[in-house]
Amino acid sequence: MLLPSAAVAFALSATGHAAGMDKPVLHTGSFDAKIEYCQDCHGPSGQGYRGFYPIPRLAGQQTEYFENQLHAFVERRRPNNIMANVAHVLSPAMITHLASRFHSMNPAPLGGGPRQLIAAGRKVFEDGVPDANVAACAACHGPDALGRGQIPRLAGQLYPYLLKELTNWSLERGQNPAHPDTSFIMAPVAHSLTRSEIEAVAAYLSNLK
Amino acid sequence: MKHIPVKLAALVAISVAASVLAARSENLAVRNCTWCHGAAAQGYTPAPRLAGQKPQYIENQLVSLRAHRRNNPFSKQNMWGAAGGLSPQAVHDLAVYFSSLTPRAADDGDHELAAAGQSIYQTGIPDANIAACVACHGPNAEGAGMIPRIGGLAYTYLKRRLEQWGEGYHPTAQPPMPRVATKLSRDQIEALASYLSFVK
Repeated sequence: MLLPSAAVAFALSATGHAAGMDKPVLHTGSFDAKIEYCQDCHGPSGQGYRGFYPIPRLAGQQTEYFENQLHAFVERRRPNNIMANVAHVLSPAMITHLASRFHSMNPAPLGGGPRQLIAAGRKVFEDGVPDANVAACAACHGPDALGRGQIPRLAGQLYPYLLKELTNWSLERGQNPAHPDTSFIMAPVAHSLTRSEIEAVAAYLSNLK
Repeated sequence: MKHIPVKLAALVAISVAASVLAARSENLAVRNCTWCHGAAAQGYTPAPRLAGQKPQYIENQLVSLRAHRRNNPFSKQNMWGAAGGLSPQAVHDLAVYFSSLTPRAADDGDHELAAAGQSIYQTGIPDANIAACVACHGPNAEGAGMIPRIGGLAYTYLKRRLEQWGEGYHPTAQPPMPRVATKLSRDQIEALASYLSFVK
């Protein structure tokens, strides 16, 4: 939980933010142009988009997680050239405002996960896989998969994006040894889930409002 | 009873083979397309290359041409009529046929602009809020699903299409293209169109 607090502290100091105000001051025009830019790829309501690569849903995302991921791209904890370039030019104040705006959006899920897998996926999410020592996802992500703090919301996330993250966890997260982060918590879970369990839990989450 | 499924399977196999053959031989509908799009469907200015295009994209374009939603001048002049009489089955068959042909790159852009175009394509221009094309169109500009293959299309076609988004054509198009392309300057469009014309 250290990273987001540090990020917020940095945001406040870097913008000369006065104590007692909710958010650092930001020029409205530049904010509107920037959030439109985010929406160009992540969808007009932040619902995500199926491009050549699955572009994740940002709507309703936890602000702490959202900010931490933007820092992760810059610090190469998450190797992603497109997002590293996007995040690199964002001021701390901009990041805070974007996080808050996307958190407030609540469009219907894009869906796309096979419906016949939903029941099995719900079981994995709520009960875990005791035989494989996989804890219930709900324990950390919450009963409605809304996330909390640095733990992301998963409800309504894109099916192909969830598949990609869960199958590539050890190649996509926590990649900078100089900047260890909380993504290590997910590594044993992602490794222990079978392909069919991953497909099931992704199908459940992709249809979850 | 045992023989009926076998006979059915044989019938199905024959009819599938026949429809594939029918689509591949040069039928009248295909001939109508290749008059303008080139005998090998590799494009012939200003008609774009159809070979190797994503089938879902071809279908969507034929449907929007028939409905007059794709409304740039050449579409209006040449394609509204051509697409007007096509049945849904014909639209589907043409899309499957042209997507199965191997595309060749037009190679007709300005070599000196290609590096600048490649940079916009791969990373966008974050400071100017211009999105990276690669996220949706793919690392080789091959497209995906309803997102078109744009690698290797002709320079003039790419240039005009990119300009037209900002000129108010295709007003009912889905996001994100109208807004993404509208942000591009003339120089950026020429660089992108150059780069893409060389992509194999």
